[in-house]
Amino acid sequence: MTVEGIFTGIAAYLRGFLAGAPPWVVTLAMGVLYLIGVLAFIFLNALYLIYLERKISAYMQQRIGPNRLGPHGLLQSVADAVKLLGKEDIIPRGADRWVFIIAPILIFIPATMLYAVIPFGKGMVPADLNIGVFYFLAVASTTTIAILMGGWGSNNKYALLGSMRCVAQMVSYEIPLTFSILGVIMLAGSLQTSQIVAAQGKVWYILLQPLAFIIYFVAATAEVNRAPFDLVEGEQEIIAGPYIEYTGMRYALFYLSEYANLVSVSALAVTLFLGGWQGPWLPSWLWFLIKVYIMIFIFMWVRWTFPRIRIDHLLSFNWKVLLPLSLANILVTGVGIKIYQLLTLGRW
Amino acid sequence: MAAAAENLRTEEIQLNMGPQHPSTHGVYRALLTLDGEKVVGVENIIGYLHRGIEKLAEDRTYTQVIPYTDRLDYLAGMLNNLGYVQTVEKLMGIEVPERAEYLRVIMAELSRLASHMVMVASMALDLSGWTAWFPPFRERERILDLFEMACGSRLTVSYMRIGGVAADIPPGFLPALESFLNDLPRMIAEMNGLITGNEIFIARCQGVGKIDLETALAYGITGPNLRACGLPFDLRKARPYGIYDRFEFDIPTLNNGDSYDRFVIRLLEMEQSARIIRQAMDQLPEGPVQAKVPRVIKLPRGEVYHQIEGAKGILGFYLVSDGGSKPYRLHIHSPSFVNLGALPRISIGGTVQDFVVNIASIDIVLGEVDR
Amino acid sequence: MDNFIQELQRLFPDLEVREGADMPALVVPADQLLALMAELKEKRGFNFLADLTAVDYPEDKRIEMVYHLLSVPGMAEIRVKVNLDRQQPEVPSLTALWPAANVQEREAFDLMGVKFPGHPDLKRILCPDDFAGHPLRKDFRLQTEGGE
Repeated sequence: MTVEGIFTGIAAYLRGFLAGAPPWVVTLAMGVLYLIGVLAFIFLNALYLIYLERKISAYMQQRIGPNRLGPHGLLQSVADAVKLLGKEDIIPRGADRWVFIIAPILIFIPATMLYAVIPFGKGMVPADLNIGVFYFLAVASTTTIAILMGGWGSNNKYALLGSMRCVAQMVSYEIPLTFSILGVIMLAGSLQTSQIVAAQGKVWYILLQPLAFIIYFVAATAEVNRAPFDLVEGEQEIIAGPYIEYTGMRYALFYLSEYANLVSVSALAVTLFLGGWQGPWLPSWLWFLIKVYIMIFIFMWVRWTFPRIRIDHLLSFNWKVLLPLSLANILVTGVGIKIYQLLTLGRW
Repeated sequence: MAAAAENLRTEEIQLNMGPQHPSTHGVYRALLTLDGEKVVGVENIIGYLHRGIEKLAEDRTYTQVIPYTDRLDYLAGMLNNLGYVQTVEKLMGIEVPERAEYLRVIMAELSRLASHMVMVASMALDLSGWTAWFPPFRERERILDLFEMACGSRLTVSYMRIGGVAADIPPGFLPALESFLNDLPRMIAEMNGLITGNEIFIARCQGVGKIDLETALAYGITGPNLRACGLPFDLRKARPYGIYDRFEFDIPTLNNGDSYDRFVIRLLEMEQSARIIRQAMDQLPEGPVQAKVPRVIKLPRGEVYHQIEGAKGILGFYLVSDGGSKPYRLHIHSPSFVNLGALPRISIGGTVQDFVVNIASIDIVLGEVDR
Repeated sequence: MDNFIQELQRLFPDLEVREGADMPALVVPADQLLALMAELKEKRGFNFLADLTAVDYPEDKRIEMVYHLLSVPGMAEIRVKVNLDRQQPEVPSLTALWPAANVQEREAFDLMGVKFPGHPDLKRILCPDDFAGHPLRKDFRLQTEGGE
């Protein structure tokens, strides 16, 4: 078993145990195993992305960052997570009880589901759907509902303001996000993530679709509510917005899904624009991770550099700048494809 | 569809912003009336930090009042000290030694620098410019270190005395001050690079919380906030107190009177304060730092109103003496209190986010607002 | 400065002028305050209300309103005083002339109990709404818990 095949090898080995079982049992068991793998990936990522974010911001701000617990403060996030688990679980008296309770669960489910279509490496897609990108966008958009539920259910004015901002922001930014991806899909001719990666064997789509990449990056920043588009939380104005009344593990679930979404939009960016797991010498899954973390680093860099944008600027920027640009990008891509076909194949 | 639209109705909501809120800069509460995100009504609710300093002063000797003044604008303690002791000296009619005058100017301008640094840092932070918070606070730390060298305290300094200052500066003070002044331009450049020229920052501040000169004067706005409206009105120049007439400096003005100008004017004023400090360092004479004053200070019967250019605007002390050893009445005219009175005027019509910018840009300190 | 005060005295015969250590003080009856202030603001260039406060003199049974005006940028200063009955202190509000008077009059009302007819929203500002008494009056005693 090579380093390259370490994960696929494990999967094949486990599948071997179930050789005699009926097919649906195998599928179910493997599905559970993939879920465990993805959950472990999310939890570990969230813990250490928080650590990473704190360290990166600290170095940008002439500080040291967490450095007390464990070597270089590596255990700080673990301690924070344990602390959050031990916090009292408060449900405000005026809250809409069930909506309040369900919201953090509802936000975490799509955050996990997104990973089903991410190609982590060669032959490492948990569920290689033929409508993978479409599935990703559809599932990602349900996050809005969960945040709205949290904000409404909290029965708090700041939370309400935050969830209203959330709806306005996320619904509008989904449109340029989708349109920017359309260019890639036109080039690849497929919605299947593994095929999009395979189609980038010669040239990464960031070179063919630079504008789409920028639009995707901006819209994705808004989709995952990160600065400068973190209006939903806006802690200087509406003090964490929809999350204001949440404590302990419920709050941690929001936090966790936020980082899970950060990883998944970075992973999608890598898949669509940066050639996915492809790269020389190193194993494919390592290439994938390297690219993802570079993307995450850029997200963090932006967050610690820019002040927050205002809500009306946010929306007008979306409708007046991003959307026309993404439409123009689709047009240019279409014309480009036709010209390419004319030149290479001699026909339309 | 039309029927559904008729059944829809919108309602204004009342939002209590504060007294616990990260952007109110202290225990200040604004009762906002919101139409969606738009602010249609603002009511200032203050007094959470009211300690009755004016009343307390009536029961303290003139010297004992000095520590209370530290707690007015606690970001610029030296300036409050200066305003109060000069008021007493004016009624008493005593001369302050030269060296003490120069030390006062150095400390007062350092205090102004520290206060402006907090303002630019916290305004950047209120716009979520986290990184821009650090350069000013890094430099402010060095000002507080200088204060500590001179008087042992960092924030509540009580450095000035009636007729002089509490102590002469220690030997290492001037070199440390020199190196601080040398590093100051770098900090201002960092701020300009990080935040002043940032597109988002400009978009969020320009034209926000605009007030024209005439309205500003009618509302009693003074200090940097007034100079951002275009009037070069600075008591240090207009009617120099102490020895301010000996220094060369400019009064920076900007013309728009919006939040952006109120921010930039602070950065410009920092440079001027540094200029004054440099001149004061060069001219600093040797000599005593405390005039001879009686052990029990008694003021002649009478009244006096003295104003200085505080960090946030004109800081006035109105002192009535009945000939005894305690003030009969001490009234403190605090710039933050009056400037805050204009906040509803400049904030209505903006969004909640604009309101946060406006609070930050008029630069209030609740210790001074509530007294 | 002097002939300007004489002119004022011609316009307001009830005006009393007192020399002060730092600036002259004009003492005016409460009912003429608005007219005097308007004259000072519109015609004499005292366009800036620098300060507004009140002082309590229980022996004389009066509360004295003290206004400091400033001309910007000319930097002339003048003090205007109004003597009020300590039982019923009432003086017209200056908010129409200077909006800056709004918060300061509320403060004087809160701490000294002076009423300002014509003020748009006269209520306590520093003390809580249910506070009893006016702390800056001389007969308001400071009490410590369990003490005198």
